[in-house]
Amino acid sequence: MAEVADPRLEIRGLEKSFGGTRALSAVDLSIAPGEVHALLGENGAGKSTLTRIVSGVFAADAGSMRLDGKPHAPRSPAEARRAGIAIVHQEPAICPHLSVAENVVLGAEPARFGWVDRARVRAEAGRALALVAPELSPDAASSSLGPAEVQLVTLARALAQTDCRLLILDEPTASLAAPEVERLFEVVRRLASTGIAIVYISHFLEEVERIADRFSVLCDGRQVGSGAIAGTPATRLVELMTGQTLEARRRREPRTGGEVVLSARDLAGTRLPVSASFELRKGEVLGIAGLVGSGRTELLRAIFGLDRVTRGELRVRAELGPASPGRRLAQGVGLSSEDRKREGLAEALSVAENLTLSKLPAWVRPARQASAARRLIERLGIKTAGPDQPVRALSGGNQQKVALGRLLHHEVDVALLDEPTRGIDVKSRADVYAIIDELASQGKAVLVVSSHFPELLAICDRIAVMHRGRLAAATPVAELTEHRLMLDAAGVG
Amino acid sequence: MKKLWRAPWFGPLCAVLAVYVLFALLAPDTFPRTANVLTMARQTVIVSLAAIGMTLVMIQGGIDLSVGSTVALTTVIVARALDGGSGPWAAAASGVALGACVGAINGLLVTGLCLLPFIVTLGSMSALRGAAKGLANEQKVDADPKGLDSLMALPGGAQGGFLLPTGVWVALALAVVFAIFLAYTRPGRHVVAVGSNLETARLCGVPVGRITLMVYVIAGGLAGLAGVMEFSTLTVGDPTDSIGLELEVIAAVVIGGASLSGGRGSIAGALCGALLLTEIKTGSTHVGLPNWVQEILTGAIILVAMALDQWRERGKGAG
Ligand SMILES: Nc1ncnc2c1ncn2[C@@H]1O[C@H](COP(=O)(O)OP(=O)(O)OP(=O)(O)O)[C@@H](O)[C@H]1O
Ligand SMILES: [Mg+2]
Repeated sequence: MAEVADPRLEIRGLEKSFGGTRALSAVDLSIAPGEVHALLGENGAGKSTLTRIVSGVFAADAGSMRLDGKPHAPRSPAEARRAGIAIVHQEPAICPHLSVAENVVLGAEPARFGWVDRARVRAEAGRALALVAPELSPDAASSSLGPAEVQLVTLARALAQTDCRLLILDEPTASLAAPEVERLFEVVRRLASTGIAIVYISHFLEEVERIADRFSVLCDGRQVGSGAIAGTPATRLVELMTGQTLEARRRREPRTGGEVVLSARDLAGTRLPVSASFELRKGEVLGIAGLVGSGRTELLRAIFGLDRVTRGELRVRAELGPASPGRRLAQGVGLSSEDRKREGLAEALSVAENLTLSKLPAWVRPARQASAARRLIERLGIKTAGPDQPVRALSGGNQQKVALGRLLHHEVDVALLDEPTRGIDVKSRADVYAIIDELASQGKAVLVVSSHFPELLAICDRIAVMHRGRLAAATPVAELTEHRLMLDAAGVG
Repeated sequence: MKKLWRAPWFGPLCAVLAVYVLFALLAPDTFPRTANVLTMARQTVIVSLAAIGMTLVMIQGGIDLSVGSTVALTTVIVARALDGGSGPWAAAASGVALGACVGAINGLLVTGLCLLPFIVTLGSMSALRGAAKGLANEQKVDADPKGLDSLMALPGGAQGGFLLPTGVWVALALAVVFAIFLAYTRPGRHVVAVGSNLETARLCGVPVGRITLMVYVIAGGLAGLAGVMEFSTLTVGDPTDSIGLELEVIAAVVIGGASLSGGRGSIAGALCGALLLTEIKTGSTHVGLPNWVQEILTGAIILVAMALDQWRERGKGAG
């Protein structure tokens, strides 16, 4: 392992267990000032646990940390913050009853003798927001923000910290679209050039290759490799992370869909979408590309009956009529939400209960529930202590698999997937793609929303682009490129 | 105008005025008279003081069921103190201090043992009631009020005060103080943050434990002050007094726009809620409605207030 001369952060022999699960064992890490250090690893490898220890959320069981040579053992997030550590946690969250500006400065409000200096709050928050989300007003209420905007607010919160020495970004781009990612990268590069050390966690290797200088790979809580990004091919990184080589995805044979199972004509919601028409056929995967806030999620919600439809018509097979989630599920239409924390999962319930929630028999037999769950756990490769473990204790990626698993258990004919691979590692992402493929080849219809355009190109048969609430006609993937999608999504095509 | 409509206290204030007009029309000879309005203001003081503290607790995401028992215990303590020779100020101060101690114990149990506030204060509600009865030998404690009774006396008497009884002014002043505290100070904003999303607040370095403790101490102290006012009204220490007061206080706070899940609440709204409850009680008596109608009416008003609030909140999301 390449040693850094004067590391900003140096970690030696860090260990952490949760009950019986060993999350970290003997991890060493050193990061130089001005370096962007990618922390890689599969779901559940221990990346977030490491960042939580550095940022004072948990204490380590053993091992030592040094920040600029001084021992670093924060007993609380506040203490870590005072030591100069800024962090964006993996599950971004805000206080919905505070304004955007108050959320940005939360915990570090500029105040004189306890009086909050409102002008400075606005100014500081405005400055931080301008870096990553210039369109978000500091005075806006934060209760109605979507996941991407929440993510941007938490990024601004970390950037507002002026005395920052080490910035940790735990999957900051999981719910962002390309333009926001570009803006973030610009900020990261600028911060790095001023000497701030940056830990960057992401499952998108192409992002890592663009932004990071060095990397460390965790596998099952152990550090299995580190080095310079330049000169390390992506395939090698994947090999380190998974312990196996992943063959490159081949371009599938084009599928032709069967009869139409879901169709919309000029569909409009209260605010979004403005107008959407499409036909989804049996045995095909239709992708919806677009920027954050373009109305993709709102479209899925309207289809599933979560939001009101104000105009247009929506048919499931030949059936018209009012939509409600219950009716849609009965019709075999299932939705996997992009916001698994708030909508996707009942976090306090077990894995088995979450998987079987939408299709419980009148008389619940726990043994059956568990065996059904075990089958899905195996099929999806969910890393869990067992069907009884609460979903809360799973790593982000594994939680996402549970959310998808529920649709499989329900045996839906039409799957509406909103960002189905959010926070999922390379290998699991391949697993999810395989599951989507399998669904389509079994004659099910899949509608996928994703901010990650290469993903859409890899799994979809046709892709329609949404721009400012309007859905354009779908195009077969063979005629599309990532560049084309990017232009259409930005509305400059 | 839009801003006014969105203010959490706007709805409750409208309700107070509407109910006032209603009873003024139904009982034009008695209800709108100055003496009656003053009486209602005076009767609202105790619930109002406790409601200020309860608003803080509920915004923080907790609840305090021990308010009624604290008030009863305070009347006994104040009576015993006066009886034992303390002056009126010392007796009043000991009442408030006792309330704050009760709050501190509640707060420490919530933060230290990670118990649910509902459970903790359910326990202290019973324990404090018992303590009050024990301390009073299960009977009323008579004591010379030594002037403490003037706190709640109507003006026009010997030392009339500014038109309203001193207690009303105290409640109003504290309401203003704590409303400013909530809106403009760092600990005040942290109360909202903790109630809104405890985990995020903790990750952002908000001292969650200290904020929680503070909120219960304030609520306890205000309940103690309410107890002093109650003694001033009764002029005896009564261990069986104020049974069920906590529910009335919670109702006032909820009518005032607070949410049981935290993050939301308004002190001005809670005062309006308290006033509304008094109006209904007094008005029903003036109109000659029996007690049971009054109770049904109160329940209905709470439900209507909640429904309206919910409707308004949804409007916000769309707008
Ligand atoms: N609070 C907790 N209680 C119990 N187990 C936990 C807890 N937090 C994490 N774990 C376990 O520790 C391991 C490491 O989890 P961690 O969240 O650090 O993974 P990760 O590398 O961040 O994964 P992902 O890419 O999915 O976010 C997992 O096996 C997880 O189940
Ligand atoms: Mg993680």
